[in-house]
Amino acid sequence: MYAAHAHDQAHGDHAHSPGGIMRWITTTNHKDIGTLYLWFSFTMLMVGGVLAIGIRAELFQPGLQFWRPEFFNELTTMHGLIMVFGAIMPAFVGFANWQIPMMIGAPDMAFARMNNWSFWLLPPAACLLVGSFFVPGGATAAGWTLYAPLSTQMGPGMDLAIFALHIMGASSIMGAINIITTILNMRAPGMDLMKMPLFVWTWLITAYLLIAVMPVLAGAVTMVLTDRHFGTNFFNAAGGGDPVLFQHIFWFFGHPEVYIMILPAFGIISQVIPAFARKPLFGYASMVYALASIAILSFIVWAHHMFTVGMPAAGQLFFMFATMLIAVPTGVKVFNWIATMWKGSMTFEAPMLFACGFIFVFSMGGFTGLMLAIPPVDIQVQDTYYVVAHFHYVLVAGSLFAIFAGAYFWIPKWTGHMYDETLGKWHFWLSLIFFNITFFPMHFLGLAGMPRRIPDYALQFADFNMVASFGGFGFGLTQLIFLAAVIKCIRGGEKAPDKPWEGADTLEWTLPSPPPYHSFETPPVVK
Amino acid sequence: MMSQSARYFIPDPSRWPIFGSVALLCMASGTALWINGAPWGKFVLIAGLCILIYMLFGWFGAVARESEGGKYNQQVDTSFRWGMSWFIFSEAMFFAAFFAALFYMRVLSVPDLGSLDSKMIWPEFTAQWPTAGPGIAEKFTPMGAWGIPALNTLLLLASGVTVTWAHWGLLQNDRSQLSLGLIMTIVLGAAFLGFQVYEYGHAYFELNLRLSTGAYGATFFMLTGFHGFHVTVGTIMLIAILGRFTAGHFTADHHFGFVGVIWYWHFVDWVWLLLFVVVYWL
Repeated sequence: MYAAHAHDQAHGDHAHSPGGIMRWITTTNHKDIGTLYLWFSFTMLMVGGVLAIGIRAELFQPGLQFWRPEFFNELTTMHGLIMVFGAIMPAFVGFANWQIPMMIGAPDMAFARMNNWSFWLLPPAACLLVGSFFVPGGATAAGWTLYAPLSTQMGPGMDLAIFALHIMGASSIMGAINIITTILNMRAPGMDLMKMPLFVWTWLITAYLLIAVMPVLAGAVTMVLTDRHFGTNFFNAAGGGDPVLFQHIFWFFGHPEVYIMILPAFGIISQVIPAFARKPLFGYASMVYALASIAILSFIVWAHHMFTVGMPAAGQLFFMFATMLIAVPTGVKVFNWIATMWKGSMTFEAPMLFACGFIFVFSMGGFTGLMLAIPPVDIQVQDTYYVVAHFHYVLVAGSLFAIFAGAYFWIPKWTGHMYDETLGKWHFWLSLIFFNITFFPMHFLGLAGMPRRIPDYALQFADFNMVASFGGFGFGLTQLIFLAAVIKCIRGGEKAPDKPWEGADTLEWTLPSPPPYHSFETPPVVK
Repeated sequence: MMSQSARYFIPDPSRWPIFGSVALLCMASGTALWINGAPWGKFVLIAGLCILIYMLFGWFGAVARESEGGKYNQQVDTSFRWGMSWFIFSEAMFFAAFFAALFYMRVLSVPDLGSLDSKMIWPEFTAQWPTAGPGIAEKFTPMGAWGIPALNTLLLLASGVTVTWAHWGLLQNDRSQLSLGLIMTIVLGAAFLGFQVYEYGHAYFELNLRLSTGAYGATFFMLTGFHGFHVTVGTIMLIAILGRFTAGHFTADHHFGFVGVIWYWHFVDWVWLLLFVVVYWL
């Protein structure tokens, strides 16, 4: 097989691949699979976005306009599940697939067939999730956190969600094992761990987090399943169990999970900023240590999601201080990015715009996170729109903006064409403006006491909700600009040079644009 | 790594993964239908299982052929070692969730239910372990540690020895020691499973200990059940290794398929030891 590669290469890229749809179903190529991941993720972003528009339409005015309250809760639950497991996580795995082999000088991923399965488990899981809307009783309305006893009471839609999570968990674990093995075992000669591009580092640590916590989520939802159908009493006090047990197990998964969704974003930002500041990344080693610290700390902060369930003061203090400690490595990263820009000769193409926007808006989400880490404050704003504002600042303006930054940054490499800079700039500015119109007012709503996951609200919340809904519709429509920019770029455009960004210095820019089917047939030597 | 890296191995496009995806979709939707009162759901589940078994045969068969065909170099071997290690780590974390549930109940939720806070609801309940909880009146007898469970501990520990002995046989090219050791390990694993089935019957029909027996029943059956499932999978893997060996596979210096199964078997052993101490004994 490997003997034949050079030959295949010379005669067009995939002579041995089946054509048509079977190419995509059977592919073992990291670029094909990366593309599949990214399109799947974008599709799910649209599905989750439609659900979000359903939520904002209902909240446009006080009173019930469109949905039954139960269906409103289905919308919020499925919006969360689809965005977390269908849009954000697969998008980063898509980046990992495309970029990691090219950035470490490898021909492909370590387990190319398993890589295919990791992706192709996602569409069945998405079918189960989206299909659960159409079963009797509808989709689960327990919230994306699936707290017992709500989740032990829902209809068949809950079972479908549980099985979807099992399948997506299997997909994530296999993907993570693949990525970790690729990074540890497939690096080009001379590529020491401390010479790896930071995006690769972030994925090494993210993959470790995934392998550590996805099985815990599988265990948690398995207990929900057996409580629902097989008579166990894990979450039933009458049997000696405890609904709070679910929260502990879920958040032991859930807190590392939020870092799973932000660390690869840090990695993308750490590639983009040096490229457009035309300076090497400031404090590379401290960036790596900061990442590792965030990952370790992420395992000992989970109960800050549960301050209001009742816990000893010593527990509250421990989880408060542990949580605040995370601000230190995160601060190291933010200051390093800014120091990288200091006295750089900066230009502001779309990737850099998104990266700068990321720093501003993600930092705001970080600050509100610090406030939420303080138990007396958290008890006041628990389950209000303040929390909703906080996690959308870190997940949309954090993870999603970084995904856009990465997409514009690498799409010339992937397609061989430059994207339309005008469209990219419009996409950024409208996204930034509409994002803040949508989510900034939610801070005020939350501080004033508006609860989340309720389809109706008191009259004093009406103005800010109308503003937020207006922003939400705008943000949703703005993403069509991204779709247009991507399609336009795939179909043609100015030919991209091997290295379209002057300051970029990682290995993928030494390959042609678009790169050959198997990235590095013979490993480059890294000095 | 330097000398090998010029010769990467990348598998051809493969149809096996999509079979696996279809299988899991059938199994998930079939189970969901079945447990929600659609009896034909179990046929969908069985169809999914059949596809999964077909996929496993095909996929592992392809891997075995490639391995024996000499396509796997040192780098691929190292990849397999990393992959198997991380897979076992993920399995350990899965068990950790259930052990955490057990510890949480024993240390926190059951004592809380017996505390003054809960006296208004359940005045009669005194916190002790094992318990079925305050709301379940049916009496049950907990499973003792020193009968079958202790015997099973010995069986699994012995199987750890025999599988290592079999491995030594392979390393010294003593093929009869290898097959004898493998067969003994498989027999010990099967005996463990037989005793486990007998113990479950004993629990259900004589001790009135069921999955629905509150905190104790849930943790007992879920932990021992998932462990038993892993022993089953491990035994099947050992049988597959024995089959591959009979077909002439493996050499003294190229047999990671076997080593991976040994790692898995020892992992299952370790889980049992922890289980024996905290579920049966203490």
